[in-house]
Amino acid sequence: MRAVQSLDPGLHRHHGRPLNVEMVVAVELNTVSRFYGEVRALDHISATIGEGEFFSMLGPSGSGKTTCLRLIAGFEQPTTGSILIHGKDATGVPPYERDVNTVFQDYALFPHMTNLENIEYGLKVKGVAKTERKQRAQEALAMVALPDLGKRKPWQLSGGQRQRIALARALVNRPRVLLLDEPLGALDLKLREQMQVELKALQRKLGITFIYVTHDQGEALSMSDRVAVFNAGRLEQIDTPQNLYMRPSTVFVANFVGTSNVVEGRPALDISGQPHSFSIRPEHISFVQGPPTPETIHISGRLVDIQYYGAHSRYEVEIAGSLLFSVQLASESSAQDILPRVGDEVMIGWSRRAMVHLGDL
Amino acid sequence: MTTPVKSHIALRRNISSFLYRRSTVYLLLLLLPPLLWFGIVYLGSLLALLVQSGYTFDDFSMTVLPVFTWKNYQNLLLAANFDIVLRTFAMATAVSLFCACLGFPIAYYMVRYAGGWQRGFFYIAVLLPMWASYIVKVYSWTVILAKGGIAYWFINQAGLGHALESLLALPFIGGNTLSTSHLGRLLVFSYVWLPFMILPIQSSIERINPNLLTASADLGARPGQTFRTILLPLAMPGVVAGSIFTFCLTFGDYIIPTLVGPSGFFIGTMVYTQQGAIGNMPMAAAFTVVPIVVIGLYLTFAKRMGAFDAL
Repeated sequence: MRAVQSLDPGLHRHHGRPLNVEMVVAVELNTVSRFYGEVRALDHISATIGEGEFFSMLGPSGSGKTTCLRLIAGFEQPTTGSILIHGKDATGVPPYERDVNTVFQDYALFPHMTNLENIEYGLKVKGVAKTERKQRAQEALAMVALPDLGKRKPWQLSGGQRQRIALARALVNRPRVLLLDEPLGALDLKLREQMQVELKALQRKLGITFIYVTHDQGEALSMSDRVAVFNAGRLEQIDTPQNLYMRPSTVFVANFVGTSNVVEGRPALDISGQPHSFSIRPEHISFVQGPPTPETIHISGRLVDIQYYGAHSRYEVEIAGSLLFSVQLASESSAQDILPRVGDEVMIGWSRRAMVHLGDL
Repeated sequence: MTTPVKSHIALRRNISSFLYRRSTVYLLLLLLPPLLWFGIVYLGSLLALLVQSGYTFDDFSMTVLPVFTWKNYQNLLLAANFDIVLRTFAMATAVSLFCACLGFPIAYYMVRYAGGWQRGFFYIAVLLPMWASYIVKVYSWTVILAKGGIAYWFINQAGLGHALESLLALPFIGGNTLSTSHLGRLLVFSYVWLPFMILPIQSSIERINPNLLTASADLGARPGQTFRTILLPLAMPGVVAGSIFTFCLTFGDYIIPTLVGPSGFFIGTMVYTQQGAIGNMPMAAAFTVVPIVVIGLYLTFAKRMGAFDAL
């Protein structure tokens, strides 16, 4: 079994492990590429996913995250590079010989079978005896809290129930790695939030490695131990949700994960006095008065819009007629004596320590 | 004060809003012509056939009397006639099976692999033989399969002449030459009806979510298992539909049994003889009822076996 040093503070968050523990590798991608003719769906991706980790692959559509998942599942073969699953080279190994199961975005439940038959399927094709597979399928149904729906057909269930059956169908095989391809994408918001909590709890209980593809950055941040951000077939950053949010390493990550005010080029130099592009989160900016201290930056502009979100409000401030800064304040903010109105000349400011440098100009 | 034009418009508006409110009337108006066609011309003629099969044929005067009798159906069970039914049934079954085995891979390839121009090519290639005259095709097959024909030449070139001889020596399959054997007849039938098998299978495979096959492999099923447990059951409605075509067409055909294969009546040739040469329309009608009954039984069986569960 291969093992690598984990320098990852995110891991100890959920597992109570100290830093720098030996992490057992579940899946290893070595400079994996997948080309479709001229199109580079995946371009030299390397990553190491630890056993028992909740690992998300985040990116906009067409960024290569689903291709990456399909390569791990074995539905496609990498053009170059290699994939190791539990230390064994998986190149050329068909999906039915991999100890990996997938939950599909459209669930892909077999319409001509009952839900129980769907769940039993993986055990049946592997020749597990009938009594054992009935029992395990029933356990899996109970695990996803649908013990009474085994006799029905998938089309008789709601979207959320179908999603649970798909989960049970994958988990009944006791895979060491579970792949989830935007599993909550078709559910409405309330149900999605509920399923996020349940999925996370289930993963912690079972200790299975989850590789979770999503385009929803909120989902990735709230559920994952680590997140890999994909853009145009390349990996932008692999990090813990906290680091991804607080210390994005590229302009893309700063923009894609949460909301950021990213300033590049000449204006960055003018504002900060330093030759770096930078980003600053809206919640780190506030309305200020008076001159700046050495640790802070103040600039003046004009308030052009206010958006009310309930718990917080967002203020759009135009600087020097071209740059637009978002400022986020708690709606019931008592710190702000007098809140400005649209059209007012305002001064905004932030601490230099809250800024993230994104590379030299 | 309204002008005639305005009242005309008002009338039209009244009619259209009436039809909008009474959508069943609207639907009935739309459906009436095709329903009449289907009811009178289609089902009506079938009913006339059923009624005719119960009429009495007077052997002596060679005339049909509108007197009900079971005699025609009893005659079907006579050894000579039942032989015909069995022979046709066996051929129809063999043709359907052969067409399904040939058609399924082609249909699967058309749906899953052929894209763009390839797909268009396949459609045309499948349908192209149907553009040529049926009689011409069957006649040219007699030439192809005849001794000294292209088929024999190819088989001899491949050094399989002896294999063919021993194949033709087998009972039920064989005959003197390819063109006078049951095997040759099977080939021609399958050639002529293959498109009717491919197209329904193709459309049923098209409705199968490709992720289902991926999911099956993901759950550990080998390709053979996926075919047996997922692909075939889900494509079964198409196979059944296609086999109904090949089955019925073989049951009703009288040209291929006349031109290719050994002597001996088929239901088609028997019907032709009964109603043409002898004028025994009731017996011909009774023979025609056989495929209807067989297909009915076949569909019931297919439904019992769960062939339509995927619909």
